[in-house]
Amino acid sequence: MSDEKKFRWVGTRPIRPDGVDKVTGRAQYGADFALPDMLWGRVLRSPHAHARILSIETGAAAALEGVHAVMTGQDLPDLFAEKAAAAGGHDDSNNLAHNVMARDKALYHGHAVAAVAATSREIAERALELIDVEYEVLPHVLDIHAALAPGAPLVHPDRVAQGIENSGPSNIAKRLQIGHGDPEEGFAEADEIIEREFSTRPVHQGYIEPHACLAQTTQDGRVTLWSSSQGHFMVRDYTAKLLDIDLSLVRVIPAEIGGGFGGKTTVYLEPIAVSLSRKSGRSVKMVMSREEVFRASGPTLGTRIKIKVGVTREGVLTAGEATLHYEGGAFGGSSVGAGCMTIFAPYAFPHVRSTGYDIMVNKPKGAAYRAPGAPMAAFALETVMDELAQRLEIDPVDFRLRNAAKEGTLASFGPRYRRIGCVETLEAVRDHPHYSAPLGPNQGRGVALGFWFNAGLQSSAGVNLNPDGTVTVLSGNPDIGGSRASLAIMTAEELGIEYEHVDVMVADTHAVGYTDVTGGSRVTFATGMAIIEAVRDVMGQLCQRAAAVWEVDAERVSWHEGEARLDGGFEPAPLGLAELAKNAGKTGGPISARAALTARGVGMGFGAHICDVEVDPETGRIDVIRYTAVQDAGRAIHPSYVEGQMQGGAVQGIGWALNEEYVFDDEGRVQNPGFLDYRIPVASDVPMIDTVIVEVPNPAHPYGVRGVGEVPIVPPIPAVVNAVHAATGIRFCDLPLSPARVLARLDEARSPGSA
Amino acid sequence: MKRHISTTIDGEALEFLSEDGQTLLDALRDVLLKTGTKEGCGTGDCGACSVMLDGRLVCSCLVLAAEVEGASVETVEGLAEAGELHPLQKRFLEGAALQCGVCTPGFLVAAKALLEINPDPSEKEVRYWLAGNLCRCTGYDKIIRSVLDAAADMRGETE
Ligand code: FES
Ligand code: FES
Repeated sequence: MSDEKKFRWVGTRPIRPDGVDKVTGRAQYGADFALPDMLWGRVLRSPHAHARILSIETGAAAALEGVHAVMTGQDLPDLFAEKAAAAGGHDDSNNLAHNVMARDKALYHGHAVAAVAATSREIAERALELIDVEYEVLPHVLDIHAALAPGAPLVHPDRVAQGIENSGPSNIAKRLQIGHGDPEEGFAEADEIIEREFSTRPVHQGYIEPHACLAQTTQDGRVTLWSSSQGHFMVRDYTAKLLDIDLSLVRVIPAEIGGGFGGKTTVYLEPIAVSLSRKSGRSVKMVMSREEVFRASGPTLGTRIKIKVGVTREGVLTAGEATLHYEGGAFGGSSVGAGCMTIFAPYAFPHVRSTGYDIMVNKPKGAAYRAPGAPMAAFALETVMDELAQRLEIDPVDFRLRNAAKEGTLASFGPRYRRIGCVETLEAVRDHPHYSAPLGPNQGRGVALGFWFNAGLQSSAGVNLNPDGTVTVLSGNPDIGGSRASLAIMTAEELGIEYEHVDVMVADTHAVGYTDVTGGSRVTFATGMAIIEAVRDVMGQLCQRAAAVWEVDAERVSWHEGEARLDGGFEPAPLGLAELAKNAGKTGGPISARAALTARGVGMGFGAHICDVEVDPETGRIDVIRYTAVQDAGRAIHPSYVEGQMQGGAVQGIGWALNEEYVFDDEGRVQNPGFLDYRIPVASDVPMIDTVIVEVPNPAHPYGVRGVGEVPIVPPIPAVVNAVHAATGIRFCDLPLSPARVLARLDEARSPGSA
Repeated sequence: MKRHISTTIDGEALEFLSEDGQTLLDALRDVLLKTGTKEGCGTGDCGACSVMLDGRLVCSCLVLAAEVEGASVETVEGLAEAGELHPLQKRFLEGAALQCGVCTPGFLVAAKALLEINPDPSEKEVRYWLAGNLCRCTGYDKIIRSVLDAAADMRGETE
C-alpha cells in the first residue's frame, strides 16, 4: 500500500524493559514481598457446598501461642445489605463482600468463613484447626438442571430474578434478551435449519501464580498493600469500599503478576489481610495455596446453550436463535450477557435473538475468564456452522466468508460494525498452506471463527523527560504479558528516539492517575492512547522550548525524528531531544506531561483457527498435531507478544476442549483442586502454534491497535471439535473431549446396532 | 524444633535455621529471602520451584530444607554470571519466551539441566523434558524455540 507509513520501532521485536528482572528471578511477584514485623494470614474455608453457620468458636485459636488475630465475617462491616434488599437481593458490592467472607451462610465448598494471622504459616494452619464452626448443612444445587428444577433448594431464598416480571424467588439471578428482526420470519425463509444443544463444564483460568498480598496498616487509618492483580486501582477501590476507608488512605503497590486471564480482576484476600493487620497491629502476608485457588477463586462455570440456525440453499444465513444458560456460581453474575452478545456476532444475520439466563448454584463465585462468555457461545455457533457447511456441501471457510460481518453490517448485539477485519482473517485462513495440506488416517481438520469486543475504559499515563534525554513513562496497568514493551515502542516511535532510551514503570495508586484493570485486551490500545497523548504534549513543550531559543513563534517549530525543526525562514541547526532536555531548567523548567482519558473507538477483533487432530481409535485420545491461529490485530506493535497471546490463547482453548473440567462429588465438594487432577496442557501435549497476524488498522487508534489478548481463546473449542468430527464423523456437543468420553462415542458408533 | 543447616546455594556457603518439616522452597523464599524460585502449587505438579540439588533437577517444594545439609543448590538466581546472562536467559528474552514470567525461573533451571545431559535435543525431547513445567501464558511455542536456539548457541553453532 502506498500510504503505508514506515515505522522505526512499531512492528519490531525489541527486548522488554522488565525482561532481565524476569529471567534472573529479581522481579517481585505477589508472594515475594516481606516486612520485618510480618505475620502470615490463613483462611478457614467451608467444607460444605451449602450450610448455615450457626456459630464460630475462635477462643482456642486466639489463645494459641503465636496467633495475633482471628476474624470472622462478623468483623467485616455489612454495608450493602439494605441496598441489596431494595434491589431484590442483587448488589455487586454486597456479593463481593459476602464472597470475601461468608456471614450467615457458606455458599460453596471453599467459601471463606474465618481467618487468622500468626507468626508463621504453620502456627496459622494449626490455629485454623482450632476454630470450631457449627454448621447446619443445607441441601445444595450444583448445576443448571438442578437449579431450575421445581422445588430446587435456593442458593439465596431472598433473591428474585432481574429481567423477569413478577417472578418469585428462584435460582435465576437474571434474564436478558437481545436481537433484531423476527427469527420466525427468517426460519420460514430457510432451506436448512439445524438445532442443537451444547454444554460446557466449569474450568479455571489456571494462572500459575496463586493470589497473594501483603498488607500494612497504621494507627491513623492508612493502608499499604502490595498485591498481585490485574489492576491495583481495582484492588484499592474494592478494598476501600468493603472496609469503608477513604481512597486517599489506601495505597496499592502493584506486584508483578503471574498470570490472570480475567481471574485477577477482583479481590479475595486483600480485605481480609487489611482486617487482620488492623486487628493485630502488624503487617500481614497472605498467599493462597493451589487448592484454595481452585476452590475459592475465579472459575468460569458450566453452560448449556440451545441454538438454532437457518440458511438458504445458497448458503446465506437467514436467522439465528439461542437460549443460553450460564452458571454464575454462588452469587450469579455469569458472563451470559457477553455470551448472548457474541454468539451471532461474526456474521450478518437478518434475524437474530438470544435469550440468556444467569443461574446461581453452590459453586465458587464465577470470575472473568479471557473473552468472558464467548468461547462457549462460539462452540455452539461454530459447530453448527460446520454442520451447515457440510450439509450444503460448501467449503466451511467459503460458507463463513459468504456471511462474514463487514463494515456496516448490523451486529447481532446492536450497533453497525465500523472497519473490522473478519473477511481478511477468513481469507488468510483460506489461503494458508495449512488449510489445504494433506491429512493421514484418523486425522481431521477443523476451522472456527471467533469474535471479541475488546475494551477501551479509563487510562492515565505520565511521561517524564530526564535531563539526559531519556524518558520515563508511568502506566497504571500491571504488565501481564509484555505491555511495557509495546508502550515503550510507541513512546520511542512518537518521539523519534531510541527504544532503549525509554523505560516504562507500572506506578502505584498514589503515583499515577486512575487506570482501569489490565483486561479486555485494552492496555496497548487504551493506555497506549493515554501515553501517546502525554508524549505529544511533551513534544509540544519541546517545540516551545526550541521556539524560545530561536526566538520565533512556536507554531513554526515542529518535531521530526527526535528533534525540533524550524519550518521555513532562517535555518538554525535542529535542536535534539538530549540538548533540549539538558537545558530544560533554563528554558522553563522540567518537561513532563500527564494524560488521562476514557478510550473511545475500540477496535473489535476477529480470529480464525485451523486445527488438525489425530484420534486414537483404541484409546479415544486426541492429539492436536498441527495448529494455525490467524487474527486481525489492527496493528502489531510488538509482534512477538501478539503471537504469544495468540499461541497462549489457543493452547488454553485446546485444554478447555480436551481435558479441563472441575469434578464435584455428590456433596458438592471439588474433587480435583490441584494441577495433578485438573490437568492443563503441558509442553508435550501440543505442537508449535503457527500464527498469522492480519493488520486491518483500527482508525480510532494512532497506530491502528485493536487489542489481541482475548480473541485467541474464542475459536479453539469449535476448531478442535470440528476437527474431531472430520476425523471420526462424530459431533461432540459436550465438553471436554476426554479420552473416556471419546472412546465411548467411538464404541457406540462402531457397535453393530448403530446406524 | 529448629535445625541448623549448612549448605551451598548458588556457589555461596550459607547457614540457616530450619523448622521441622519446612520445605527447601519455603526455606529459600521465606528464610533466605531468595524469592527468585517460585511456588505455583506446592505439590510437585507445576515445576515453578525447580532447582538443582547436587546436580539433580528437583522440585524444591518436595524437598525438605534439612536435606540440603552439606549439599549444593543451584537456583535461577545463580544462572547469570556477574555481567552476563546465560544463553538460555538471552534466548528467552530475544524469543519472547515469557509473558507473565512466573514460570520462567523453573523453565530456565529445568532447561539448563536438560542441556547439560543432552546438548542437542530434538523438539520432542525438549517438550517431554519440560512436561513437568507448566506455563499458562505462552502455549509453549516460544519457550521450546528459545531452548532449541540456546542449545545451538551453547554448541557454538550460531555466530
Ligand atoms: S511449586 Fe513445586 S512443583 Fe509447583
Ligand atoms: S509466562 Fe505466564 S505462566 Fe508462563
